[in-house]
Amino acid sequence: MKTTETPAPVPAESGAPVVKTDAPAGAPPKEKKEGAVLNVFSHGMLVLWAFMVVMPLLWAVMTSFKDDRSIFSSPWSLPDTLHFENWSRAWTQANMSDYFLNTVLVVGGSLIGTLVLGSMAAYVLARFDFPGNRFIYFLFIGGMSFPIMLALVPLFYVVNNMGLLNTIHGLILVYIAYSLPFTVFFLTAFFRTLPSSVAEAAFVDGASHSRTFFQIMLPMAKPGLISVGIFNFLGQWNQYMLPTVLNTDQDKHVLTQGLVQLAVSQGYKGDWSGLFAGLVMAMLPVLAAYIVFQRQVVQGLTAGALK
Amino acid sequence: MQHGKYRFIVGFLAVPLGLYALFVVWPFIQSIYYSFTDWTGLSPEFKMVGFDNYSRMLDDDIFWKSLQHSLLFALLLPVVTIGLALFFAFMINVGGRRRKGGPVVSGVRGSSFYKIVYFFPQVLSIAIVALLFQFAYNPDSGAINSLLRGIGLDSVQPLWLGDPNLALWCVMAVLVWSTVGFFVVLFSAGMASIPADLYEAALLDGANRITTFFRITLPLLWDTVQSGWVYMGILALGAESFAVVGIMTTGPGGPDYSTTVMVLYVYQKAFRDGQAAYATTIGVALLVVTLAFAAIVMRLGRRERLEY
Repeated sequence: MKTTETPAPVPAESGAPVVKTDAPAGAPPKEKKEGAVLNVFSHGMLVLWAFMVVMPLLWAVMTSFKDDRSIFSSPWSLPDTLHFENWSRAWTQANMSDYFLNTVLVVGGSLIGTLVLGSMAAYVLARFDFPGNRFIYFLFIGGMSFPIMLALVPLFYVVNNMGLLNTIHGLILVYIAYSLPFTVFFLTAFFRTLPSSVAEAAFVDGASHSRTFFQIMLPMAKPGLISVGIFNFLGQWNQYMLPTVLNTDQDKHVLTQGLVQLAVSQGYKGDWSGLFAGLVMAMLPVLAAYIVFQRQVVQGLTAGALK
Repeated sequence: MQHGKYRFIVGFLAVPLGLYALFVVWPFIQSIYYSFTDWTGLSPEFKMVGFDNYSRMLDDDIFWKSLQHSLLFALLLPVVTIGLALFFAFMINVGGRRRKGGPVVSGVRGSSFYKIVYFFPQVLSIAIVALLFQFAYNPDSGAINSLLRGIGLDSVQPLWLGDPNLALWCVMAVLVWSTVGFFVVLFSAGMASIPADLYEAALLDGANRITTFFRITLPLLWDTVQSGWVYMGILALGAESFAVVGIMTTGPGGPDYSTTVMVLYVYQKAFRDGQAAYATTIGVALLVVTLAFAAIVMRLGRRERLEY
């Protein structure tokens, strides 16, 4: 690995790491050749991985247009004709339309709730000094590293006792609660970066605290809200563990659950093409949204880890 | 800004904090308490049994298997995923050939294309990914075995998820597949903020790409790598492994408990076997493992922070 000698590790005080090598400037011919081999190898790896990511997805799209027999006899052949009826069968008979509607309702409600409640809590924690501030903050962000499954066992009975089991609004409340740790963590950091002078000026002009928040601070926090909103949208749209435990009524199933249920029941129904159509149906809107809002999605999903 | 301050603070915090306490904090406290009882979850009656559940857990072979698999997930998955992602991200951002008159460091051609494509699995639900690969792994009609047949490897037709020696690796491969892209994009963002003159200096001194990576890129990216490591480990111990093992494997957790993980075992004990108290005991063990993992990674990874 070492073709050059590197003396002593970088001293931490020096500010920037300095790489000093004894090798003469300008690589000797041998190294150039090695570089070319390395280039071919690493380009090959990049292409191979891109191929490995795309192939399963394309295979799924292709399979969703085939009839059941050819799915089993020749998995890689192109469909003989485009069997669009798979899609309509999945949409109507396999209840995909219901699953979509349930998911939209749950995610819509919990996304709005998460953003409103999350930003309220984050704003207070970021901008006001009061006893217990630090404690509440760490209580919130502690939730990020705890295994949710541990809480889900008693939570099932808490939700059941409140009559919220297998209801859309019950699921919304639980989604909000479990989205708060990251949302509060992210937005607290964001509100701290906003200048305080504007809020003070509004307050001097007679605006109340809550009016200052809703009319001044919230609009200023829009970029942060978009990032954390995308993060929560994808997390809640793709959520599988919470609904599996708390939402066992088949009429209330969300997409991920519904598809898993569908896959299990195919054991005796045998409508594999319909199932693939359902899978692709669930994948496409998210992939399309990602391609359109690519930059925002990437920012939203990586923002937390870079903080 | 004192007027009505406390009323405002209470008003704004009450609902979020109440919701959080009721649905998150309170169940956590309860479950630790339940782990010392004989609660079944089916009837409201239970009594304290001390450490009975814990001693039962230590004698439970399936628990030890699930612990082993979970530890393997937490240790091996981040190494493979982050290793691959660092390699790809470095190639994408710094690995390009130097072109005359161009910038000192540049990515390979098509770097933005790779970044878009690699990120695809990250926006899909892990449940959908698991379903897709369950079919791909099907020994008779799945995509992988028929691809092997197609290139003339008729004799190599593994059972994949049906083979107790292979099943766990199949599951892990799916998790690697679905998370590498996220880290490629994450590390790319980190690498983009490393000033180009550092690379320039290294190149002037004759450092090759491998040296550059280990002496400049990795040290300056260390914080991101470390928090990515913890993030991945927590996911691999929790929600992600629950979904992939629960959906893909027979049983689930099979064949012959060869893929079972702690989070799935908690779920099965509580909601399939009606042993809620014992389930919370395993959950407490999972909590200990998760916190220990995070603490060890943060501790081992502690280095002097480099400013640049």
